[in-house]
Amino acid sequence: MNSTKITGAQAVMKSLVAEHVDTIFGYPGGAIMPIYDALYDYENSVNHILVRHEQGAIHAAQGYARTSSKTGVVFATSGPGATNLITGLADALIDSTPLVCITGQVASHLLGTDAFQETDVVGISMPITKWNCQVTKAENIPAAIAKAFYIAQSGRPGPVLIDITKDAQFGEMDFEYEKCTNIRSYYPRPKLKKSVAEEAAKLINEAKKPYLLIGQGIMLSNAEKELLEFVEKSGIPVASTLLGLGAFPNHHPQYVGYLGMHGDYAPNIKTNECDVLLAIGMRFDDRVTGDISRYAKQAKVVHVDIDASELNKIIKADVAVHADAKEALKVLTELVHKKQRTAWLQEFKDAKTTEVETLQESAKALHSEEIKMDEVIKMLSELTKGEAIVVTDVGQHQMMTARYYQYNKTKSNVTSGGLGTMGFALPAAIGAKFGAPEKPVIAIIGDGGFQMTLQELGTILQSEVAVKIIVLNNRFLGMVRQWQQMFFEKRYSFTNMVSPDFVALAKAYSIEATKVEARTDLKETLLEMLNHNGSYLLEVMVAKEENVFPMMTTGASVSEVRLK
Amino acid sequence: MKKTYTVSVFTENSIGMMNRVTIIFTRRHLNIDSITASESEVKGVFRYTIVLRTTREQVDKVIGQLEKLIDVFKAFVHEDSEVVHQEIALYKIKTASLTNGDVEKVIREHHARILTVDPLFMVIEKTGHVAETQLLFESLKPYGVLEFARSGRVAVTKPMKEFSTYLKELEESND
Repeated sequence: MNSTKITGAQAVMKSLVAEHVDTIFGYPGGAIMPIYDALYDYENSVNHILVRHEQGAIHAAQGYARTSSKTGVVFATSGPGATNLITGLADALIDSTPLVCITGQVASHLLGTDAFQETDVVGISMPITKWNCQVTKAENIPAAIAKAFYIAQSGRPGPVLIDITKDAQFGEMDFEYEKCTNIRSYYPRPKLKKSVAEEAAKLINEAKKPYLLIGQGIMLSNAEKELLEFVEKSGIPVASTLLGLGAFPNHHPQYVGYLGMHGDYAPNIKTNECDVLLAIGMRFDDRVTGDISRYAKQAKVVHVDIDASELNKIIKADVAVHADAKEALKVLTELVHKKQRTAWLQEFKDAKTTEVETLQESAKALHSEEIKMDEVIKMLSELTKGEAIVVTDVGQHQMMTARYYQYNKTKSNVTSGGLGTMGFALPAAIGAKFGAPEKPVIAIIGDGGFQMTLQELGTILQSEVAVKIIVLNNRFLGMVRQWQQMFFEKRYSFTNMVSPDFVALAKAYSIEATKVEARTDLKETLLEMLNHNGSYLLEVMVAKEENVFPMMTTGASVSEVRLK
Repeated sequence: MKKTYTVSVFTENSIGMMNRVTIIFTRRHLNIDSITASESEVKGVFRYTIVLRTTREQVDKVIGQLEKLIDVFKAFVHEDSEVVHQEIALYKIKTASLTNGDVEKVIREHHARILTVDPLFMVIEKTGHVAETQLLFESLKPYGVLEFARSGRVAVTKPMKEFSTYLKELEESND
């Protein structure tokens, strides 16, 4: 017997260690037991976070990846364990989050037989992973894991799933690990064409009203510094997509705001007034563009993206730059002229004033004694100086946070953008804290979304992770209710929410908790939450029927933003 | 405006590849008229030939998303005028029909050939465009066609650029 042989399960662990994995989010089960058995020997070097549901594991891994810039790793068993990952896979794919998910599978001789807890997770997850594969032999495990990490991290990042049959986990093999650095059919590092960059720079230099839209691509390519240099040299105003928030300091004088359906007024309307629209690391989501037939028609469009399939997908680019954002920005900074664009920036400021005044007017009309969502966010932003990691769920609170939290630090915004996954925030915040333990992590969640994954309070209890949770409770599924009010004649069909006592619930999990109903207590309780050593839940009772404005309604153009 | 397009996809020969390729079409609610796959002139590289009717805009986006698949080297789209294409069709008819002199005439006129003759049935083969193989089917119908099977389109392109040249270009376009 050759004593150097190890099992496939041990090879999984050794491969992960070779990829510098120190944190895993997971949940054991029958088909992944050999891997969990191998994990038992890594107690001191690998931190495994036992979640309460596999969806919690994958959202936590997403939060971890977004704040740490590392690949999130997930373990789940076959069948229901694997299918519980589906929402997270779809979310990570659309939001370009690098993940490696390892699922156990029934033994290979049982594949296709409807065995206990067998499901075709490779088939199911094909359209929602960047790549996936099934491993049925122990000796193929290291190469599959190496390939998985390479694919997840390179180019436009995304989730990868490896399904390992139980016999492959038990099987013996000689271990050897070689990092994957090349796949012959995959080209993740496009070379920037100098002539294309020059064309782009020429348009920018000749422009009177150039305008820059940034997305998460800036952070994914670690191009924050290059962005700042480019923006300051070119004098161009910058607006951000939802996922791009944080890539550019929001207090910067050239930052003009947040784009999209509930974005700021100026960034939306100016899209149809600029003469050159430069978009970097963003993908013209329909929530950003509104009606594309009336989007930036007057402008020359320069689109920089590492994913070639995004170029000309939604908006036809006059200059399509297939490149990594960091490299493109470096080259563009050299090529653009140094300029001040004071008058053009002033136009944004004037539009901002119009927005602020209109919103203040509307606020007066609401019951003044009720706390409004935006007040909470503004106060939190002030108390944390815009430097906390803020994790949001989906809905009104998410839009309010995106609007009013001043994101001054990169990788400080974790939210479910493309997929819009309610229930994302609580587990994602847990992962975000493991990804950036030195920073305060605050989850802001609605009463609806919180109840979708609140079982993860158990993870907070067991793993003693110090996340702060703010539940903005308006006793409604607020965003749907807002649409019902605006477009369905106030027929509030199943949007009112009856909730349990969240404070008592948190306390049942040994999480310190308070409920605040009066404005006068808000600041004090927020401070108490922030200063508390450990996890904390703050339930804020907010106005029941507050609406998020500005709003670009479905089918409207970016010029038709409604302020009330 | 909708037109017939031939999509050629060059891929690794990995499990589930057919599924990965077709999912891209399914997502966009595009119906595939025919699909064939086999090894190309490059060993280990598979060639899918997919025919569908859609708009240029849609098919261009499909190409982008196909190329995004990890195991896809490259995808191309061509209009009918840019490819030389062929389908093969097999027709099974009763051997007894042979006694009718008209069958011979039909086979002759269509430049079809007889693959095999069994005491009970015979198999006729015809290669050509869909319209041509369909025409033979219509002509044989009166004699009773027991079985009819037609392959998907196989196609080669008219431009004189080899796949290996594209591969080289792709490698050079990357750091």
